[in-house]
Amino acid sequence: MQGEDSLKAFRAEMRSWLEENCPQQMRDGRITDDAICWGGKNWTFSSESQRLWLERASARGLTVPRWPTEYGGAGLSRAEEKVFLEEMERINARPPLKSFGISMLGPALLQFGTPEQNRHYLPQIARGEIRWCQGYSEPGAGSDLASVQTRGEDKGDHWLVNGQKIWTSYADKADWIFALVRTDRDVPKHKGISFLLIDMGDPGVTTRPIRLISGASPFCETFFDNVKVPKGQIVGEENRGWDVAKYLLTHEREMISSGGTGLSGGRALGAVMAQMAGEPSAQDPTLRAAAIRCEVDALATGLTIERYKDMAEAGKGVGNASAMLKYMGTELNKRRHELIMSACGSDALEWDGPVGNRAADWLRTKANSIEGGTSEVMLTILARRVLGLPGS
Amino acid sequence: MSTLVKTEDEAMLADSARGFLDDAAPVRALRDLRDSGRAYDPALWKRICDMGWAGVLIPEEAGGVDMGHAAAGMLAHEMGRTLASTPFLSSAVIAVTILRRIGGERAKSAMAAIASGELTYALAIDEAHKFAPEATTMSAERQGNGFRLSGDKCFVVDGGFADRLLVLARTESGLTLFELPSDRTGITRTAQDMIDSRDAARIAFEDVEATGDDVLGQVGDAMTILKPALEAGQAALAAEMSGLAAGAFDMTLGYLKERKQFGQPIGSFQALQHRAAHLWCEIEVTASAILNAGRVLDGNPDEATLAVSLAKARATSTAQLAVMEGVQMHGGIGMTDEYDMGFYMKRARVSAEWLGDYGYHAEQVAALRGI
Ligand SMILES: Cc1cc2nc3c(=O)[nH]c(=O)nc-3n(C[C@H](O)[C@H](O)[C@H](O)COP(=O)(O)OP(=O)(O)OC[C@H]3O[C@@H](n4cnc5c(N)ncnc54)[C@H](O)[C@@H]3O)c2cc1C
Repeated sequence: MQGEDSLKAFRAEMRSWLEENCPQQMRDGRITDDAICWGGKNWTFSSESQRLWLERASARGLTVPRWPTEYGGAGLSRAEEKVFLEEMERINARPPLKSFGISMLGPALLQFGTPEQNRHYLPQIARGEIRWCQGYSEPGAGSDLASVQTRGEDKGDHWLVNGQKIWTSYADKADWIFALVRTDRDVPKHKGISFLLIDMGDPGVTTRPIRLISGASPFCETFFDNVKVPKGQIVGEENRGWDVAKYLLTHEREMISSGGTGLSGGRALGAVMAQMAGEPSAQDPTLRAAAIRCEVDALATGLTIERYKDMAEAGKGVGNASAMLKYMGTELNKRRHELIMSACGSDALEWDGPVGNRAADWLRTKANSIEGGTSEVMLTILARRVLGLPGS
Repeated sequence: MSTLVKTEDEAMLADSARGFLDDAAPVRALRDLRDSGRAYDPALWKRICDMGWAGVLIPEEAGGVDMGHAAAGMLAHEMGRTLASTPFLSSAVIAVTILRRIGGERAKSAMAAIASGELTYALAIDEAHKFAPEATTMSAERQGNGFRLSGDKCFVVDGGFADRLLVLARTESGLTLFELPSDRTGITRTAQDMIDSRDAARIAFEDVEATGDDVLGQVGDAMTILKPALEAGQAALAAEMSGLAAGAFDMTLGYLKERKQFGQPIGSFQALQHRAAHLWCEIEVTASAILNAGRVLDGNPDEATLAVSLAKARATSTAQLAVMEGVQMHGGIGMTDEYDMGFYMKRARVSAEWLGDYGYHAEQVAALRGI
């Protein structure tokens, strides 16, 4: 545990670093898709400030504060990271970079990658130079993820990959994909899967966008037609990809869970209700009561995310229990956005109305309890693995 | 920097408390008390004091171990798990928090007496069916150098046996807190036969004389010292309720694994698995709010309202869910007096009302969060 004094000094350092380096335009707390940089070869910066912010933050390792410095991070402790995030929040700074590379692949590589792989991929992720997408789901493998059928045949120095992925978010914008591929068909389903890194620019990889109910179309189908994947691009051992996949999923679930807590999403609910104060919606006792209950749950869920991070830091791994964060966080986020819609009434019903695009945000949250494993699947994991209830 | 993880000392304290209570104060002990028409077991409290728990918030120079509110919450949690019936909250948490703020020699010796188990305290605030300290109407009229107290209090938890009473009354200059021996002339105590089988009393004050020495803090300014004590009590009560929820849940989980219907354990049915898993999630989330309240009370007590009310609100709804699901998933046996689940349900209902219900605390959260 770090002394209060050294943390104080660190806070002062971060405060003045942010003062000097975070462009004014990046201090409005917006976290929508185009407001935050997602990086990658195809990224077009929405402003010079966005570009500068990424450049300065990544040079200081602060796009991935906790990663080791040799891989492009700042090597911060959890306590220091907390301080950094608090200082960011204090000036309402947007995150300099957000990506699946940071929140999903990076942690899996740090755990399972070879030193060569880490030296190659991690710094590029930290600098926002390559953008990743996730090739897990298939038309016949959703909740039953271990049923993936996309095939990888061993051809000596490479695998020959054939098959189809679905619901691959941002596949059309990604440079690389991390994919689950069946490399052995003759063993129980969990045991024949490998975790491969595939360059989206390779011959034989194609994507087709799918439109979402929120009007956006980040979704894609991704097809592999005789794609050659060099042997060095496997993470973990051959046929042991399920371990990597599961580890990565815990990080994905944590990322998705924080949406509704009001810690990462600011004070959305309180603020919206305040904005509506004096209008009939804020005086509706039913709505207000629901909003208050939601706020109570949001604060407690936010503290639980903090507590689980503290436990992980203290070496008290939480394992399958993290499915709780995914379940509670996402159900909460859906409730929160239902309430925001009710509070805003007809102002929220236009795609780009007087209160912005609340409708698109609301529609997007409906996916929270589906993506990364559905709520039903989370509850089953908890019942079986944490509570030890018997299978049927 | 404190984290939301138990320290080693706290974990040791909680473990030893669990071991002791499972042995000395299982739910069976509460049942025995009830069946013999008693609401409190002085011998159990004495043993608990001997282990130092009553001194968890008392400074070392007054005979305590001074481990703080988070630790007090851990003890309360364990007592809630087995529904132990003790004056821990009234005496060791609420009274001690007041006495600590007052300071001075008299407060110090009172704390020492609490730590040793020599004195017990009860807090007399409620006058109607809902917690509303600011609405206190009991009067304390000036009479020479002192006061004359008249009025009625109800739902005074531990008030039936406590040696001393902390009484909130209204003087012409505002709310004032008095400390009185419970046998002072004019005080009449009537036991309330509560569903949870714990001690509670109605207390009538008829022209009870109090001197200036009986006033705690400043005349007309009770809330300055009472508020931190109420918050300490609310946080500890929330912790007790979280223990209650955990105790009920453990019983339910055990039953799901053992009871067979349709040729398989009922716990293999997904409809029940998902409800059990959901309940576990609620319990986990509430645990964070409770530990946080303890940490904030220890680190920044003057700004603890949000953390404390969050904890009490969450604990109330979680305990309620735990006992409702507990009875339901036990089927018919859950409805029998012979089985312990009913005790959990009754304690949850009483604890929900004590020191402010869900609505009271959620409203505090809302006010502080701009809703
Ligand atoms: C916005 C969004 C983004 C996504 N991004 C990606 C991505 O980038 N990459 C990727 O690989 N995938 C992605 N996904 C896919 C996501 O992981 C799957 O949709 C999810 O795992 C569910 O699978 P499914 O859609 O096939 O539903 P199904 O598995 O068919 O489930 C249908 C319904 O049945 C229920 N159900 C299924 N099995 C059980 C059971 N055993 N017990 C009880 N109920 C059950 C489910 O809970 C659900 O309600 C994304 C999904 C969304 C919505």
